[in-house]
Amino acid sequence: MKMFFRGLAALGLGLAFAASAAAQEEGETAHYPIRKPVEQEWSFSGPFGTYDKAQLQRGFKIYREVCSSCHSMNMVAFRTLEGLGYTEEQVRAIAAEYEVEDGPDDNGDMFTRPATPSDHFPSPFANPEQAAASNNGAVPPDFSLIAKARGAHRGFPTFIVDIFTQYAEGGVDYIYSLLTGYEDPPEGVEIPEGTYYNPYFLNAPSLAMAPPLSDGLVSYEDGTPETVDQYARDVAAFLMWAAEPHLEARKQTGFTVMIFLVLFGALVYLTKRKVWAEVH
Amino acid sequence: MSGGHSTYTPKTGLGRWMDARLPLPRLIYDSFVAYPVPRNLNYAYTFGGILTLMLAVQILTGVVLAMHYAANTEIAFASVEKIMRDVNSGWLLRYMHANGASFFFIAVYVHIFRGLYYGSYKAPRELLWILGCIIYLLMMATAFMGYVLPWGQMSFWGATVITGFFTAIPLVGDWIQQLLLGGFAVDNPTLNRFFSLHYLLPFMIAGVVVLHIWALHVTGQTNPTGIEVKHKTDTVAFTPYATVKDAFAMVVFLLVFAYFIFYIPNYLGHPDNYTEANPLQTPPHIVPEWYFLPFYAILRAITFNIGPIDSKLGGVLAMFGSIAVLFVVPWLDTSKVRSAVYRPWYKVFFWLFVADAIFLGWLGSNPAEGIYVAMAQAATAYYFAFFLIIMPLLGFFETPRRLPNSITEAVLEKKGTAAEVRTVES
Repeated sequence: MKMFFRGLAALGLGLAFAASAAAQEEGETAHYPIRKPVEQEWSFSGPFGTYDKAQLQRGFKIYREVCSSCHSMNMVAFRTLEGLGYTEEQVRAIAAEYEVEDGPDDNGDMFTRPATPSDHFPSPFANPEQAAASNNGAVPPDFSLIAKARGAHRGFPTFIVDIFTQYAEGGVDYIYSLLTGYEDPPEGVEIPEGTYYNPYFLNAPSLAMAPPLSDGLVSYEDGTPETVDQYARDVAAFLMWAAEPHLEARKQTGFTVMIFLVLFGALVYLTKRKVWAEVH
Repeated sequence: MSGGHSTYTPKTGLGRWMDARLPLPRLIYDSFVAYPVPRNLNYAYTFGGILTLMLAVQILTGVVLAMHYAANTEIAFASVEKIMRDVNSGWLLRYMHANGASFFFIAVYVHIFRGLYYGSYKAPRELLWILGCIIYLLMMATAFMGYVLPWGQMSFWGATVITGFFTAIPLVGDWIQQLLLGGFAVDNPTLNRFFSLHYLLPFMIAGVVVLHIWALHVTGQTNPTGIEVKHKTDTVAFTPYATVKDAFAMVVFLLVFAYFIFYIPNYLGHPDNYTEANPLQTPPHIVPEWYFLPFYAILRAITFNIGPIDSKLGGVLAMFGSIAVLFVVPWLDTSKVRSAVYRPWYKVFFWLFVADAIFLGWLGSNPAEGIYVAMAQAATAYYFAFFLIIMPLLGFFETPRRLPNSITEAVLEKKGTAAEVRTVES
């Protein structure tokens, strides 16, 4: 057994060298994103991470006032907004601000009515074709899962380190970096008309979305700075919540499970020692 | 089941009544209590038990998930999200099931490599080994079809690429692909039949597992020395010795499993699978799940034509061949000595092979261009050379180390040297 583990360790080292040597040769062909996402501190990272409810509410405000004019969020129901710290009444009031289609009624006609907490966020466009037509041919992606649906390649050896640091914020780091990363294209770089240069974009040097945020665009009531940097951070946190509403329950359950398994494992180990004592 | 003499004596009236009609308690007693196991098994031998546990975890979580999942392309993606958001503890079930597949494969790879290291496949355990290979194949089919069910981008494009392999087969290829897909492209019929088969195959795995354990209990387990059990002193009873050791290994394994489920549940997945399948938009890199990456690298390593075989068919043949070769391992190894412990050269080639397999996995995750292709070709060459050249030849050229006369002697020898070292140190 000792041999087995010694072999494994030697193997790990050898592979590490081989792979890093190979990775250096990789830089020659163009790979996107041009720049890796900037890693941020998040309240919800790590084993005891929790959402900052004030931040989620600010992020939700940005989604409502800026993003939602193009981006749907159709997996998210209004009732779940209580997770942002809103009361039942507040949720009902928020839902009522939206109109959803319902029906058919007794006459067979469709009608619109104010949304209730059980409804999902309505889409800004009737169908993907309409969304494409109003956005230069590019359908704005749905935001329900965007914080889990994006992530840049981490590369070796970072992807191994990520296991131990519990890095699971690739999506939010990406969103933050993209929103704050617009800049003028460097000299000599041609980008298609109607697109905007952003070195953090996952698939190309530029994307169809114009920079959506600007300083002072959304007003905060709690005195938080109204900067693009702050907006980007807040909306990214909100989108993480939208994608993973049970994150807090997951990490809390996880802690209990880990404690149980460690204690139970210790007991089983002691039992094993006792049982095997006479054989050894 | 142990093939030997049964020592079970029912103690109660009900026990005797049962024993005369359906001796199920006797079967269980003989197989999992009195069954003798070599006393020198190390923790590498606990993965069989861990695999059984993982199969149970996958079936239990899977059955409940199937109660909430809808196998229809219109709503499959949304139904998975409903499980994640609205079903009580649905997020836990789904993360357990998704990560469970990965941990099932981690366990099976350790189990297979352990078998290769200690020569567990050698006579009289060839059928035991082949049954294991069949389980592995069924696992691959099950995992592949399961990955399609959430109907994300990687589900769809992975299914498109993998079913496309079959078109490389001359004459019947297109027909096989259409049979798999239920049409000309991945669509609703594909999703429906994959869901049906994804539910069926785990029970077939369970059936083959029964045969696998049966065959194991007929021949008895191997052990790190590779010497067959000769005396009663070479063995201990399955319960409590192996039971408690397996239990400890399981808890440690579950600890790592839980770490992934609760803290990094999406680490082993691909972000693209959180985007609903879109037949009109191909992702920039289509990659299979990590446990298929070595085979994916082998597939893409064949970039040249070999006589009448074009590179596409060549790649597919190499990929299937890399799994098929496992089935004949018992006859490729010509060495008279079973365990790598006593085979100085085999040990070196074995660890190179492990490194090669991991290296192939890393190559599979990278684009097939430039230097990666050449590296994948070299790694593929070693993969096959290990089985087809090194294994058969080593038996003739290698001088094995002296074997102990029995397991007991090996254990005592080890203890003796350990004791000597201790006296020297003090």
